[in-house]
Amino acid sequence: MNALPCTIYLSFVGALLALAAGMRSAATARVVALLTALTGFGVALSAAAHFVPGPGLQNLINLPWIPDLGIRYHLAADGISLTLILLTGIAAVAGILFSWNIEERAGEFFALFLTLIGGVYGVFLSADAFTLFVFYEIAIVPKYFLIANWGSTNREYGAMKLVLYSFAGSALVLAGLLWAYAAGVAHGFAPSFALHDLATAATHFTRGEQLGMFALVFLGFAVLAGLFPFHTWAPTGHVAAPTAASMLLAGVVMKLGAYGCLRVAMPLFPVGLEYWQPVIAWLAIIGIIYAGLVALVQDDFKFVIGYSSVSHMGFVLLGLAVANAQAVSGAVLQMFSHGVIAGLLFAVVGRMVYERTHTRKLADLRALPLHRLMPFAALTFVLAGLASMGLPGFSGFPAELTILIGTWKTSPLWATFAAVGVLVAAAFTLRVIQVSFFGSSDRTSLPADAAAHPLPPITWAERAGAMLLIAATVYVGLKPDVLLQWINPALQSPLFQAALRGGTP
Amino acid sequence: MSPDYTGLFQALRPETSLLFGALVALGLDLSLFRRHTSGERLNLALWIGALAVLAAGAHVWFGPHGPIFGGVLILDPLAVATRLGVLALTLLTLGVATAARTPRNPAEYVAIILFATTGFMLMAAAQQLLLAFLALELASLSLYVLAGFDKTRPESAEAALKYFLFGGMAAAFLLFGFSLIYGLTGSIELLEIARQLTLQGLSPLLVVALVMVLVAFGFKAAAAPFHLWAPDVYEGAPTPSAAFIASASKLAGFTLFARLLWPGLRAAAGNVSTLHGAPGWLPAVAVISAVSLLLGNFAALAQTNVRRLLAYSAIAHAGALLLGVIAAGRSGPAPFFFYAATYGLATVGAFGVLAVVERTGSCQKITDLAGLHRRSPLLAGCLAIFMLSLAGIPPLAGFFGKFTVFAAALQLGGLAGPAGWLAFLAIALSALALYYYLIVLKQALVAPPTANASRIVVPTLARFTLMAAAGLIVLFGVAPSLLLDLF
Repeated sequence: MNALPCTIYLSFVGALLALAAGMRSAATARVVALLTALTGFGVALSAAAHFVPGPGLQNLINLPWIPDLGIRYHLAADGISLTLILLTGIAAVAGILFSWNIEERAGEFFALFLTLIGGVYGVFLSADAFTLFVFYEIAIVPKYFLIANWGSTNREYGAMKLVLYSFAGSALVLAGLLWAYAAGVAHGFAPSFALHDLATAATHFTRGEQLGMFALVFLGFAVLAGLFPFHTWAPTGHVAAPTAASMLLAGVVMKLGAYGCLRVAMPLFPVGLEYWQPVIAWLAIIGIIYAGLVALVQDDFKFVIGYSSVSHMGFVLLGLAVANAQAVSGAVLQMFSHGVIAGLLFAVVGRMVYERTHTRKLADLRALPLHRLMPFAALTFVLAGLASMGLPGFSGFPAELTILIGTWKTSPLWATFAAVGVLVAAAFTLRVIQVSFFGSSDRTSLPADAAAHPLPPITWAERAGAMLLIAATVYVGLKPDVLLQWINPALQSPLFQAALRGGTP
Repeated sequence: MSPDYTGLFQALRPETSLLFGALVALGLDLSLFRRHTSGERLNLALWIGALAVLAAGAHVWFGPHGPIFGGVLILDPLAVATRLGVLALTLLTLGVATAARTPRNPAEYVAIILFATTGFMLMAAAQQLLLAFLALELASLSLYVLAGFDKTRPESAEAALKYFLFGGMAAAFLLFGFSLIYGLTGSIELLEIARQLTLQGLSPLLVVALVMVLVAFGFKAAAAPFHLWAPDVYEGAPTPSAAFIASASKLAGFTLFARLLWPGLRAAAGNVSTLHGAPGWLPAVAVISAVSLLLGNFAALAQTNVRRLLAYSAIAHAGALLLGVIAAGRSGPAPFFFYAATYGLATVGAFGVLAVVERTGSCQKITDLAGLHRRSPLLAGCLAIFMLSLAGIPPLAGFFGKFTVFAAALQLGGLAGPAGWLAFLAIALSALALYYYLIVLKQALVAPPTANASRIVVPTLARFTLMAAAGLIVLFGVAPSLLLDLF
């Protein structure tokens, strides 16, 4: 447990080592990167094995950092952090396995990748708003270079759009946090950015201040979680990104936004949450249905997955906005579940299919009997698709079901609309499975050119990565308690209880 | 008051070292080294200059503190910190000069840099109007010469002329403002002025004086709408001169400005915590700050020349620094000092990279940086650190500079008052700023090199300088207390 901060430092050191190794050869760099990611994942697993669930954050490290401003380097973890740390570990390992074919500037690629991972670990472990914000911003810039250097379609546009949206969101967060800090000092509290202290000070703020601060901080984080109508960076960014970066963006980075909403905005400003709840819930519902409908009519394979991410993240935001214990625990479960499933979907589309067929147009893919050319990819995608639709046996099922039940308790109307979203998700997923992999009804012969140019076989790295992700989604799907036993006690902490009660003590 | 010349001399030992270094450099160049190549003469002068700067630094560190010579000079933490910052930036500028094209009169170049530094050192500590003006003019006149030092290029002459005309005008305004203040209060000592003004309050004549002083400082600090000289000077001046003008001069200028406004004219400050606060110079500075932030950031978006881009970004940073000056009344000078010092580091570094790239051909357009990651990974990495620090990305020092300035500004009434709105504007515009810094980095780190671009060899001293600047930026970003503890 106490070794958890090492995940951060390991990633940053690994980034430097990968950069140095990249000067020798690409192969060394990727081995270094994989070892780093595996070690980080191992640390997370061993921490999980020794984790004793309980309410409140369990301190890992707490040192004065900038005493003049009351800033401390404070890392701590609870069941929610741990869930997301595990997700990050899985996504990091899988992402590196699916980047095994990067040859050009590989050292820099893996250095940026690991820097991003280190920032993500840092956000999930922070218990001080300043620390959290620093790690949050560290995770922004590597995305630009990952996409602009190694991306595909329209990559410079996609990269810039994504980074500017993220940075604009973080600017709102910064404004809100600084406002809360200054207001706390004005109310006579000692200067501090500790989440706990800020929450205590915030109970003395006026209603107007709470509403304003919540709006700034929640909106700022929610941009990164893909809240409608600020989601448009996500599809373009995901499509432009190289496979590992899309996996990480959809799998982990969007969770940073949702995590920020849950960890910072909601417990600090419960009065604001109560006021803005209907607005957020409706925006989330619109996001679920709208993004699902858009995904239904895309003709680019990756755009389908990109919009599906926005749709599924809508469930997370809905769960957070509903803010009862069940919906929020479902939202955390959905963060994990979607992280794994989105990673898998992007891996199939970006790495297995696109880098072999060099097309993502559904019309072109329809002409290829992909299920026969790439049976492993087809199997993986079908499993991922089923998981994404929320079929029992996969992690998407308990997650979305818990959110829907929780939502129903607060507002049956919202739950009904969200359930429509589940149907839309089923529709676009089935359509894309059918068109992309089983589009060619020709059962007897391969097209002549396909036979002449057989697709390169699926490599061991891809198989390993896919198996890891499938195992994670199936395991959590069959036994969601393994995560819920951590998440539910964490929500019993006083901070979350204040948020769940809408600020009434 | 009995004049304490011993104390004065002890306090002025850093300045003395600098002047001595300048004279030695000039003397040796004229006598023993007259027949050597200009490269050797430059190296000699630079080493002497560096030694003089180091000696001055030691004198500052171990020298006296408190008021000197009856309060003409004040060596408080702000003065000491600014002096150390100016010396460090001068040292880095000398390092940049090793990479740039050798000027025709190398010893004079170094000597004038040292004269300007002497001016900055006095600006940092002046607590009397006359000394403040003299120090400012010593520094400014040296900078005009530095801007026009490359006599072979018309752009350099143009830069110097524009800088001189604007600067001369600003000096006239400043002197006029000072004389009005003297007329009102009967003193040129800041503390006595402050005492008198507390009794008098805001009179129409004082308003005129304030406007004069603010206009003058607007020119010196390149704040909009008095910024017109900056893009041309940054573009035309020799690279080390531009680096010097953009860094050390900014730091010393803002320290002088803040000292004049806060202890000196505090009685006429007014209030920006609420919309209907008392009138004074604070609202005026707030307006200048807002205009600078908007104009600098939006104009920078449209630039294709990397130096002009840095100039407009400097205007935007001047806006943020003015916000720090506004907040200094409540939170003390540490926030804006941290911002100005780390901004200076990043700017010197950025110009240093340009100076090295320039060795292989022109480096004016942003596209001239294309493929820098292939041509020199070290330069590309350093440029990334400098640009991202300017953009305010953690864990680099620029981020904490912004953070502490905005935190200080939000103490003035939260987001409910004009100071808070200004801070919000600055935070929002930082997202815009990231765009143009990334445009530069896109060329340097993403774009492929042009066909005829060769590998860049970085001279040893320049490499050392750039790595030192980058290292300091990372160090102060991770451990800001190292700088904050000076206060």
